[in-house]
Parts: sequence; structure tokens; C-alpha cells
Amino acid sequence: MARVSLTIDGNRLEVDAGATILQAAKGAGIEIPHLCYLESLPPSSACRLCVVEVEGARNLVASCSYPVVTDMVVRTNTERVAKARRLALELLLSDHPFDCMTCEKSGACDLERYAYELGVSTTRFQGEKHAYPIDETNPFFVRDYNKCILCGRCVTACNEVQFVEAIDLTHRGFNTRVAAPFDRPLQESTCIFCGQCVAVCPVGALTEKLRRFKGREWELRKVATVCPYCGVGCNIELSVKDDRIIKVTSPATGVVNEGRLCVKGKFGFDYVNSPDRLTTPLIREGGKDGRFREASWEEALDVVASRLRQIKEESGPDSLAVTTSAKCTNEENYLLQKFARAVLGTNNVDHCARLCHASTVTGLGMAFGSAAMTNSIGEIRYADCIFIIGSNTSENHPVIALEVKEAVRRGGAKLIVADPRKIEMVEFADLWLRQKPGTDVALINGMVNVIISENLYDAEFVQRRTEGFEQLKEGIKDYHPSYVAQITGVPADDLCKAARTYARSPRASILYAMGITQHVAGTDNVLALANLALLTGNLGKESSGVNPLRGQNNVQGACDMGALPNFLPGYQLVVDKDVRGRFEEAWQTPLPDQPGLTLMEMMHEAEAGEIKGMYIMGEDPVLSHPNSARVVKGLKNLDFLVVQDIFLSETAKLADVVLPGVSFAEKDGTFTNTERRIQRVRKAIEPIGESRADWLIISELASKLGHPMRYEGPEVIMDEIASLTPIYGGVHYDRLNGRGLQWPCRDRQDLGTRYLHKDQFPRGLGKFHPIGYQEPSELPDDEYPFILSTGRVLFHWHGGTISRRSTGLTGIYPEAKVEINPQDAEVLRCSDGDLVQVVSRRGKVIAKAMVTDRSPQGVVFMTFHFREAAANLLTVDTLDPVAKIPEFKICSVQINKCS
Amino acid sequence: MAENVDLSILAQILEKYESQSGNLIAILQEAQEAYGYLPGEVLTHIRRETKIPLSRIYGVVTFYAQFYLTPRGRNTVRVCRGTACHVRGAKSVLRTVEHFLGITEGETTADYEFTLETVACLGACAMGPVVVMNGRYFGKMTAAGVETVLTAL
Repeated sequence: MARVSLTIDGNRLEVDAGATILQAAKGAGIEIPHLCYLESLPPSSACRLCVVEVEGARNLVASCSYPVVTDMVVRTNTERVAKARRLALELLLSDHPFDCMTCEKSGACDLERYAYELGVSTTRFQGEKHAYPIDETNPFFVRDYNKCILCGRCVTACNEVQFVEAIDLTHRGFNTRVAAPFDRPLQESTCIFCGQCVAVCPVGALTEKLRRFKGREWELRKVATVCPYCGVGCNIELSVKDDRIIKVTSPATGVVNEGRLCVKGKFGFDYVNSPDRLTTPLIREGGKDGRFREASWEEALDVVASRLRQIKEESGPDSLAVTTSAKCTNEENYLLQKFARAVLGTNNVDHCARLCHASTVTGLGMAFGSAAMTNSIGEIRYADCIFIIGSNTSENHPVIALEVKEAVRRGGAKLIVADPRKIEMVEFADLWLRQKPGTDVALINGMVNVIISENLYDAEFVQRRTEGFEQLKEGIKDYHPSYVAQITGVPADDLCKAARTYARSPRASILYAMGITQHVAGTDNVLALANLALLTGNLGKESSGVNPLRGQNNVQGACDMGALPNFLPGYQLVVDKDVRGRFEEAWQTPLPDQPGLTLMEMMHEAEAGEIKGMYIMGEDPVLSHPNSARVVKGLKNLDFLVVQDIFLSETAKLADVVLPGVSFAEKDGTFTNTERRIQRVRKAIEPIGESRADWLIISELASKLGHPMRYEGPEVIMDEIASLTPIYGGVHYDRLNGRGLQWPCRDRQDLGTRYLHKDQFPRGLGKFHPIGYQEPSELPDDEYPFILSTGRVLFHWHGGTISRRSTGLTGIYPEAKVEINPQDAEVLRCSDGDLVQVVSRRGKVIAKAMVTDRSPQGVVFMTFHFREAAANLLTVDTLDPVAKIPEFKICSVQINKCS
Repeated sequence: MAENVDLSILAQILEKYESQSGNLIAILQEAQEAYGYLPGEVLTHIRRETKIPLSRIYGVVTFYAQFYLTPRGRNTVRVCRGTACHVRGAKSVLRTVEHFLGITEGETTADYEFTLETVACLGACAMGPVVVMNGRYFGKMTAAGVETVLTAL
């Protein structure tokens, strides 16, 4: 890039051509005051505070928008400049309250700061002042437009950063104000309450409700950590005072999210300080129907140790099962699987990945030899084509959705969305394929068929990097577009268009999630997607790949740590004698050599009486597993159940002993996000009550069972992980500050891996798998005429254990809803808000109807967030034969309007 | 906000302007011409077809004095309150109109017959006080004179 040299305040500098004066000055360490300018966004030149003198220019110029030219001479701190800035401040203050002493923003307010720096304490302009009512209508933040300086930052953030377009400057002149359409409350607009407006407001016009009157800015301690909700792993900062989290912000320098958050990350943190938190261990007295009483740690751990020992001695180690938690840290997952294998002596260890991406682990493992997002989040914005299938991205991975929107709006990427539901991403799509639920294999095979028959595939890549092409060709030859149209309902033309767009784009990226994996054909779906990417050479390069979007904050890490019945840490096979030998030597104990039971199998075996004792950490299977009546039956059938959690979850209510763990804010550790990035989680507050960090609980219990685990802290546990797990070989805490590390990272010199499979696949060649379409396990019939699909909404998280304890999230989305297509609603004679009963072969629930064309005709949608209307009482527990993942996305139900 | 707006007229307007975002003001002007004002449903439909955010459309509509979000009377009465008209008695002319129609400036009669507005200057100071009825100028108005004109409407 061409360089320009200029002089600012007597300093000679050289900067990139095209830079503005403000940017050039900043680079040289000269700060120019500004109120409306936001880095990396187009300037609006509204506040006039950044004016500077340019030699030869008649007037002062706005430095935020004035580009540098060669030999320009700029002065940023002359008396003339100061006078102009003071005038601008006085004009702003002429309609601004002087109530800094009670303003939440005081101490972090730009207006206050510049007024202080320029000595402006009053205004000469005494005139009319606004007296707007304070808007408290939404549950997340307060809007006080008397303090608004109309800089327009919130509007820019809403439109250009989050692409939400809920607010704009409205009305005219003195009455100009930021408003949603028709001056209605934000709930009635497109607002998603991401809080980006609050984050950029330079004054006190927008304030988080939870922080009001809880502390002044200068009293808050900031702790950099990672968001505890989804797998995106956004970088956040907790503001803490007196062991309470007061607010959450996100630094613009954050490597994953660049300061962008969603509503859960920004406002959903108050569960941490909820009065419902478990504060002491609980022991059930008086048999299975008895009550809980509080107990000391010593007593509770003794009971757990002796019962587990007893069951192991009487019925053997494989009568015990352990579930770890994708909410807990890597170190804790590592310890608990070690506890299962080395202390209890069983490979019966699994976790909720079985319910979300087990088919990714098997499918991508078969095709490439390693199962994780092939590419990085930050690469999505540079893709030429993005194919989203089975991912409601904007609700479930909101910040990744922003990358996609960025690619579409700024990068001109073509977006293809395949989803039975009219999800929000459809609004951004060039092409929407509305396939019938469960027909994904046919759809993808159809695309593969078109690409092969029209010779659009990457022959060179296929020849050099893959095997099995001839079998694939044979396997998909029947899937011509008209046949596929019959199965999927997607018009043949659209299918061809999708195939051509995807194949012709130099860099095409596939994003998928549970719409692909949670089927009896989950593994097949994943293999079909792998075929598509292998065929077009969209692997091993930037901004392409096959990208499973992982659900939980640390589900990637829990898998990496070997919280799986067939893998030791780092996907090293349990059945491999050499691998086992290394772990046996390190852990100084013989290890079981056969794969253990998967999550659903554990429950079924509990029901059958084969599993007698279970240790569940940070999971709530009663709400999250399919066919939950059967899960409850299984859990009740256990001789001994111990649950380690932060709340008395539905599952904990069935336990014999409950151990209070801590939230992400009360411990140190690491999470691995969906793009394989290992990031530091930092302790911000002391454990609530007598609760203890989960890694501490596990080590103490192990010691009681005769296998001492003495770790000074999580950092030492990570050193042990690194020594045994090649893909984490170079991961040490001293290397994790700032950007973290993306695995594979094999040693201390390794900087980590941004995208996988560059020169070779872990299995050598990428393998094509010819896959045939098979029908879902339960299809609608006369008695149960609707398809029920389940999933999540933006405002809640899984079983609701944490999100429903956030006042804001519960306030905006308080109860369960059933999405019903308008035409179906008409036939059922039900309207929006009516109570309906949803009945399947396994159970029934009652919830409010939400009539919307988001659901196609014949399909209803429910979330599993609400225990009062638990969707998983309805779902079917048929499993994918390879991955053992249940079919959450399809079962058949009837809908009855409640009278 | 009126319900059951006939959107087919709007469809023609949008077709003419090919739903292009650069044509927003022209679209709004023609829509207002057709509907008399800009009902919420019309704006929502413009948003759907042009993909211009509703917030931006609302910003534009509220910025320009020419756009109305509430129904207008069949007749528009504009009373000039410019300096020249003021010193020649525009105040009493305005008061008479308000009394006669039973509304104050900026309002519309319940039967949607009249909307009353004031303007700062019409550039016809020599004729002041000036009243404009449905685009027709009436000069040298008096309290009595304006009643006659209103009755004639």
C-alpha cells in the first residue's frame, strides 16, 4: 500500500494512504477527542469534537473523516482548536442534564471526560431542554434520551455491526431522537437486545439495568474471560464489585468476536449470583423418597466414595457410569474422565456431545480422520459462498451469524440456506432451499449429482487428495434433480442453482449444526456434506471447509479431553494398546481396554439394572435427553446417583447426593471453542457459599478412593494434558493470554492451526462415502399427523437451568411456545396465544401456540428450555446406529386445542 | 392506524420504481398521494419490498414535514404566521379558523373534512395575512373574511 508522510504536532510520520488524520494521529500516540467516531466503521462527522487545524485549510476540519495527503501539516492542540471543541461541548451541554453525581456512566463517560479536560463546567446557551420520560420498557437496558447527545453511534452499531436495523435517528431539528419505528418499544421492532448500542454509547443514555445503583465505574474490577453460553466462545470482561458480577462488556480487541455479543453473553450472567445457587452439599435421607438435608463436604464426599467403592466391589467397575460436562473446563473434563478410567476403572464416560455432534465426530472422522470445524470463525467473512444447512445460526450462534452477514453485505458472498424453517438467515440468503425435514441426504446427494454430471468438480483435488470417487459417482447416480425434488420438495431448478453456485465459488464454506446431526441418519448427513466439500476442493484452504458449529461453550473441549467412551484425550483410541500404555504409565494404574457405553446406552442400561451407580457433573438429562420419561425411570432405578451442579436441576432432584460446583466466574481453567481455540477462563469472584470448583471436588474424591490427585491448580492439570495429548502438546497457560491457541498445537514452538487439512488429511486421503437416503424413524400418520422438530431460541439455553435464572432473558421470553404454520392453525382453529396440547406416542405437554409462517405446513417446532412443557417428553430415542445420537429433530405428534 | 389498506395501489408504485432503495422519497411521495397519508401497513410493505430497514423509512418520514403518519382531512387549511402576516392580524385569523373548525393547529377534524396547519412564511407578505386552502391563496384575510371562505368550502 502506498505511504504518505505528514506532520502532526511537529512529529513527522508516515502512514498508509487513505488513512484519516485521526487514525494517523492515533498511530503516533496522539489522541484526538471524539464522540461519534467508532473505530473500523464509516465516520459520521457529527460531533465536531475531533476538529483540527490543517495548514492551508480555511476552516478547521473533522479529523475522523479527513484523509491525509502528502506533506500535510496538522495541529491538534492549538488554542483555536480548543476553543472550537469547547464550543461544541457547550452546545451539547445546553440540552444535557448536569447530574453526573448520580449518573451510572460517570467515570467512563466521554462527555464528562472531555468537559473535564477542556475545562467546560457550564454552558452559555440557556434555552429549552428536553424532558423525555425514561424508557424502561425492555428488561435489559434503560434508555434515557435526556442524556443522548445524538452522536449516532448506537444507530451505526445496530445497522453496521449487528445488521439489526432496529433504530435510527428520527424526527427533525431540536426534536431529533433515536427511536424504533413508530416510536414503539424495542420489543416491537427487529431489536435482538444484543446490547451493542449500550456498548458504544459514549454517555449515560443507555445503561444496563442490572448495573444500576450497584457501583460506580471506578469501583469495578474487570476480569477477562470467556462467555459461558455457546460454542462461539466470545471474549468477555466481567465487571465485578463485592463478589457480584455487575455487568459484562467485550473488548473490541477480542480475537473471536471483536467486541460483538449476543443477548445471552451481554445480559444473561445474573444466574451466577442467583439466590437459587446450591451452597452446601446435600444428602438424601430416608431412602429414595426421602428429603435432602445439608451436609458437610467431608460427610458428603465420604458417602459418595463409600457408595461408589461398594458398587464397584459388588458389581464391577462397568456397573458405574460417569457423565462429564460441556459447561465445565477442559481441566475438569480431563480429570473426570481420568477419574472414571483410572479410579473407577470404567470407560463408561460420555457427555452431551453425544446428543449434539456425535455424528460429526463419527462422520468427519471417517471422511477426514479428525472431527472439528476445519476453518476459523474469522475466515467466514472472506468466503465467496456460504452454505448453511441445519443451522439456525442467528439464534444459536449469533456472533457467527454476524460473520455470515458481514460476508453477504460487505464481501458480496452468495448465501445458500437449506432449512425447513424460515429462519432469520433466509432474509440474507440468495437462495433458500426448504427441504422436508429429514431429507438432507437426498438434497446433498442431488447437489453432488449435479456437480458431477455438469463437470463442475475439482478434478485435480479429487485425484490428488481423495479416494473413493468412483464409488461415489456410482452411489449418487440416481439422485438427479427431479428425483430429489420428489423426496425433498425442493424445486429441481433451485437445487441445480445451489449446486452450481457452491461448486463455482473459489472459496465455499459449509456451516452446519444440529439440523444435520440430530437424526438417525446423522452420520450419513455429515458424510454427505464431506463428499460435497471433497468433491469441490473446498478443504485445506482459507474461508472454506466443513464447519460443524458446536453447541456448548466447551463441548469441543470435552470431546478433546476424552470425555467419550471410546477415546482417551486427543481422540486416541481406548483400544490402542500403545496409547493405553502411555496413559497407564502416566496415571500409574491399569486402564480398561474396551470402549464403554454412550450416554443414551447408559440410561437404557440403568433402566435395565445393569448400571447401578452414576456420577453426573453439570448435565440435566431429565430435560436434555429424548423420551425423558424413560430417562427418569432409568435414573430412579439406580442404586446410587450423585449429581454435581450449581443448581438443583431436575436431574439433581433425583440424586442421593448433590455436590455444589461453581460457575465459570468462580474458577480458573480453559474452554475450547468451536474453532478449536483454547482460551483462558479466569476466576472473577469467590465461590458462592460453600460451593467448590469442580476440579477440586473431583481430586478430593479421587484421593478418598485411594488414587491421590494433588494438583496445585488448573494450570498444572493443563501441563499434564499437554504431556499426554499430542494435539494439545504445546498448550500451556503462559501461552494462552490474548489470542489463545488453536489445536493442533503440538509443541511450544507451534503457533497453532487456523485451518485444518492443508497438505494432508489425518487419515491420509479424504474419503468419499456413497450414502443412500433413508427415511426418518417416525413419520406422521393419521393418528399423529404433524412432525415435531425441536431446538433452541435466541433468548434461552438448553434446559433453561441458567438462562431462566437471568431476569432479562426470562423477562423477554417467559414461557414455552409451539410454532404452528398459519394454515395448520386455521384447520386446528387455534390462534396466537391459545393453549394447545402436543401429544406423541411417548408423552404430552401443553404450551402456547405461536402462529407463524416460520414453520412449514405440517411441521411444528418447540424448544426444550421449559420443564413445564418439556419437549423431550415427546421426542423419540431412536439412535443413529454409528454415532448413537438420538433423532431430536423429527417425531410425529398430534396437536389439540385446549378448551 | 387504519386497517385493511388496499396494498395493490402501492404494488404499482413499487413496480414503477423497481423497489430500489435510492427511490425511497419518491415512493413515499407517491404512496402518500395515493393514500392521503402514510399508514403503518404501507411503510411495512415498502420495507418488505425494498428491503430498506423500517427504522430508516421511519427516520425519513419523520424528518420531512411533507410526510404524514396520520390520516389527513379532505381539505387542508394553512394559516401563515410569518412576521408580516402576524403584524397584520394573522393571530385573530388563526383563532377564528380554530374556533370555526373546533380544532387547533396540527389537528384534523373528527369527520376528516379539515386539517389545520400553520406556516412560517409563504413569501406573499404583500398580501398578508395569507391563508391557503387546498393550494389556493387568499390574501388580506380578516376574521370575517376567513369564515366566508371556510363556509364556501
